[in-house]
Amino acid sequence: MNVPDDLKYTAEHEWIAIDGDSAKIGITDYAQCELGDIVFVELPGVGEQTKAAEPFGTIEAVKAVSELFAPLSGEVVEKNGQLEEQPELINTDPYGEGWIIKLKVGDDSEVANLLSPDAYKNEIG
Amino acid sequence: MEPKKTALYDTHINLGAKMVEFAGYWMPVQYSGIKEEHHCVRNSVGIFDVSHMGEFFFSGEKAADFLQKMTLNDISKLQLHRAQYSGMCYDDGGLVDDLIVYCFGDTYMAIVNAGNLQKDYDWLQQHLAAGVELEDRSEEFSLFAVQGRHAEATLQKLADIDLSEIKFYWFREGVLAGEKAFIARTGYTGEDGFEIGVDAARSPAVWNAILEAGSEFSIQPIGLAARDTLRLEMKYSLYGNDIDQTTNPIEAGLGWITKVDKGDFVGRDAIMKVKEAGPSRKLVGFEVKGRGLARHGYPIMKDGAEIGVVTSGTFSPSLEKGIGLGYVNIPHNEIGATIEISVRGKGIAAEVVKTPFYQRPY
Repeated sequence: MNVPDDLKYTAEHEWIAIDGDSAKIGITDYAQCELGDIVFVELPGVGEQTKAAEPFGTIEAVKAVSELFAPLSGEVVEKNGQLEEQPELINTDPYGEGWIIKLKVGDDSEVANLLSPDAYKNEIG
Repeated sequence: MEPKKTALYDTHINLGAKMVEFAGYWMPVQYSGIKEEHHCVRNSVGIFDVSHMGEFFFSGEKAADFLQKMTLNDISKLQLHRAQYSGMCYDDGGLVDDLIVYCFGDTYMAIVNAGNLQKDYDWLQQHLAAGVELEDRSEEFSLFAVQGRHAEATLQKLADIDLSEIKFYWFREGVLAGEKAFIARTGYTGEDGFEIGVDAARSPAVWNAILEAGSEFSIQPIGLAARDTLRLEMKYSLYGNDIDQTTNPIEAGLGWITKVDKGDFVGRDAIMKVKEAGPSRKLVGFEVKGRGLARHGYPIMKDGAEIGVVTSGTFSPSLEKGIGLGYVNIPHNEIGATIEISVRGKGIAAEVVKTPFYQRPY
């Protein structure tokens, strides 16, 4: 499974790219593989608040629905509009075109709770 | 309890399958991906390991009488080498299981759902009369389904009998890839195809021979997840989802296999009452119009009132939209009726549509 070195992770299989006070979020290669073919993504609107460890959206795959858990508290500043028409981008390019939302980080101290690539690799065995 | 393994377990692992526990067995849920596997069956040919399913044999001079009493369909219509889709009911008309009965002359075989195997066996055993022997031979057989427009051409390379002579819901005994087999023109996908029973111990070689014979058609192994999307597009019932002990065959749309005029059978009185009064609800197929997918257990609503429940729902890879099955109270079952599926508290528009959702183009 692909686990890029330059990202942070959560045990709920999300990746986070921190850039200043902005955090770009998606799901990991492992997660998209477990979910299988993704057909819908339901996301919060720009301006809505997320709370760390609370659900912020859902992913419908052919076989099941899963919740997306916010890795960090913050405000949604952008969502990946391409996913509306092409949710399968999460399957084909989970770390690139399949990114999900961007947050303005609300509480810097939460960043320390995120997993390093090695810690995440341990998590998925 | 540790799940059991079919004879193909190692083969599935080597093919890269994702294995899950299903009905007490480790089964392949997916190989290359649900959509790809689904389209492979719709456009060419795929092979499924369904060895978890059970095979019961009925012999003795009263075998036919016993099956006539225990099953819904009319056994007297069954002749040598014919197969018959049927069901079993409790006294109250609730379904014990759905099954296929095969006639080997004086002996009959029933293929039952893996998850119901013990329950079915106990139920049959309880009603067993003199002159009938019931034998559970599930462990002896591997069962494969080869489904798709190139199924016949694939299997014909390996078979010593002319498969084109086997009509829909008929079967033959023959030799397939060097092994004794029963070959039935049946399936759970809506495509042309066969279901094959072979000796479990020798079945991995047969599986591999079929994969090789089908390679010119790009045959792929197909997991349980695509089996579910394929059967759902045909509105084929799945026991435990769409039918169970709380559903009767009339409301489930299985009136066509319930032959109340054949004489007495277990559940007949209760079923007659439903037929006379008319069912209060019916199993329907619906298309989801809004964004989201229906799933088993989601409420079905109309003008704010709950009028039914989703029993199966998925994304249809052939139609590229959300589809589902569910029980809705009469008269909301009419084709074209607009309903709402309550998806995690949010109402999503859906429409009752004609089924099957999919029709094969050949």
